[in-house]
Amino acid sequence: MTLAVLLDTAADLVSERPVLGRRPGLPVSGLRQRAIAAAAWLRQRDAAGLAFLGLNGPAVPIGVFGTAYAAIPFAPLNYRLADDRLAAVLDRLDGATVVADDDQCDRLRAIGANPVPTAQWLDILASAEPGVPQGQPADEDIAVLLFTSGTTAEPKAVPLRHRHLTSYVLNTVDLGGAGEDEATLVSVPPYHVAAIGSAITNVLSGRRLVHLPRFDPADWLDTVRREGITSAMVVPTMLARLVSHLDGEPAASPLRALAYGGARMPPTVLERALRVFPDVAFTNAYGLTETSSTIAVLTPEDHRAALAAPDPTVRARLSSVGRAVPGIELRVRDADQDGYGELLVRGEQVSGEYVGTGSVLDAQGWFGTRDEARIDDEGYLFVRGRADDTVIRGGENIAPAEVEDVLTAHPLVSDAGVVGLPDQEWGEKLAAAVVCPNGTVEPAELREWVRARLRSARTPDVIVAVAELPYNATGKLLRRELRQRLIEGGS
Amino acid sequence: MTDGTLRTGTRLRSQVCDTEIIVVRAEGVDRLHCGGRPMVALDADRAGGSPESGLDTGTQLGKRYGRTGDGRVEVLVTRAGAGTLSVGDDVLPVLAAKPLPSSD
Repeated sequence: MTLAVLLDTAADLVSERPVLGRRPGLPVSGLRQRAIAAAAWLRQRDAAGLAFLGLNGPAVPIGVFGTAYAAIPFAPLNYRLADDRLAAVLDRLDGATVVADDDQCDRLRAIGANPVPTAQWLDILASAEPGVPQGQPADEDIAVLLFTSGTTAEPKAVPLRHRHLTSYVLNTVDLGGAGEDEATLVSVPPYHVAAIGSAITNVLSGRRLVHLPRFDPADWLDTVRREGITSAMVVPTMLARLVSHLDGEPAASPLRALAYGGARMPPTVLERALRVFPDVAFTNAYGLTETSSTIAVLTPEDHRAALAAPDPTVRARLSSVGRAVPGIELRVRDADQDGYGELLVRGEQVSGEYVGTGSVLDAQGWFGTRDEARIDDEGYLFVRGRADDTVIRGGENIAPAEVEDVLTAHPLVSDAGVVGLPDQEWGEKLAAAVVCPNGTVEPAELREWVRARLRSARTPDVIVAVAELPYNATGKLLRRELRQRLIEGGS
Repeated sequence: MTDGTLRTGTRLRSQVCDTEIIVVRAEGVDRLHCGGRPMVALDADRAGGSPESGLDTGTQLGKRYGRTGDGRVEVLVTRAGAGTLSVGDDVLPVLAAKPLPSSD
């Protein structure tokens, strides 16, 4: 199955349904015409791929479906990459046509690329004569080429083939199944797998896709109200900013559903969010670039059941990422005494492949995620963090997330990051950076706070107050950078 | 399609109604029926007529039909019609849509 066939079918089903942009919005048939025009334009240039360097917007769904009809990959690139890294990535996309926002064009020309400005490209497509697809991709063709975030290693290029992405779509959404009044707001950057997932699944469901590329809490709430947004996806840093902006006041809005994911959600942020959005159905989505987006969801019903449960096992599920989506199998390898081990995943949407390396699936088709996780008796998945982030202090494995959650539960701590620093005696010592915007807390008091709630071996050896923590655009804490800062700070 | 095994991506149409499908997956299935008659390639001649009585419950655009287990098959309806999809006498039900809360 291919994205082109699915768009053709959706266009037959809900032809005039608006699916792209602010009101009134471009209908499915119009989006399909843009995609067909994009394919013809790409074919004329003999493009081997389409690289996109810019903010999330209409160019992303048009790029995804346009390259599908041209049977070449769509490669959204990270506009935060430094020039040398960007040049290295473009070298790997030899023969690709580049479309880029105005503010990216000069730097691209300086490194030898010949970009077409996004606005100009969209104008060309909008004024093209209506046409029919001149080609169709094969199931095996690469639909999207994504680069992993590279917070723990060099970025790797992950090919997501038509068969992976369509398997995700067919297993998790109903073509044309969205209600006529539904609209979704997307603020994640286009090089994140969630942006690709949203571009594909919302369009194919017949749900209007609205972009707010530069997230700001006031703008976001304003857009939700003006555009009649019924669902949205946010990363934890965005939800934290929304909650803080609302300052405990419930938000009146047309929003019915809010999905969060992309990084681990601090429990205190979630609890506050549930209070300021009392009538909104929350979904936690967990997935990786290599798995074509979501592989597990904690549904609104799961959230409600956990909140109401006297049973601590059920209540704990508020911090789980839920259960596997249809078509996905999960398993934990080499579990420790607490049940945590490496999470393995298997299913038709799993790519588990890197450009240059090939498939890293094992003989039975399992992909090792490098995430530390456990699965409870009813299949709920708890993700503790990246295996690479585990701190080993005197032989004890410590998951930073566990310590961070205890620190942020302190009333004066709004954010915390925990890393291991080199140590003569213990191999690694535990260091915490905390953000305290509303007053100072003595490190000794915080250490006592942690010691009272966790074992003493999990109490940070060093606690430093900082103004803010380093995050990437999708809300992942940049632990290497934090570690470097703490080492340079002489702690 | 007169012989051979169905493959992913194969497009077929009904001989006796407007139904058109694309094969999403097929394992060891040779032939699909619609309205009681074998389905044929999009450009093949059609016998014409109407679906057999009892095999006229219709197909819905955009829905998946199929069965699991041995002879697993799954198709997506790309054009709706009046016939019922089957493999021989084995009627293919709509695969329960499992729409998740929108997570993207």
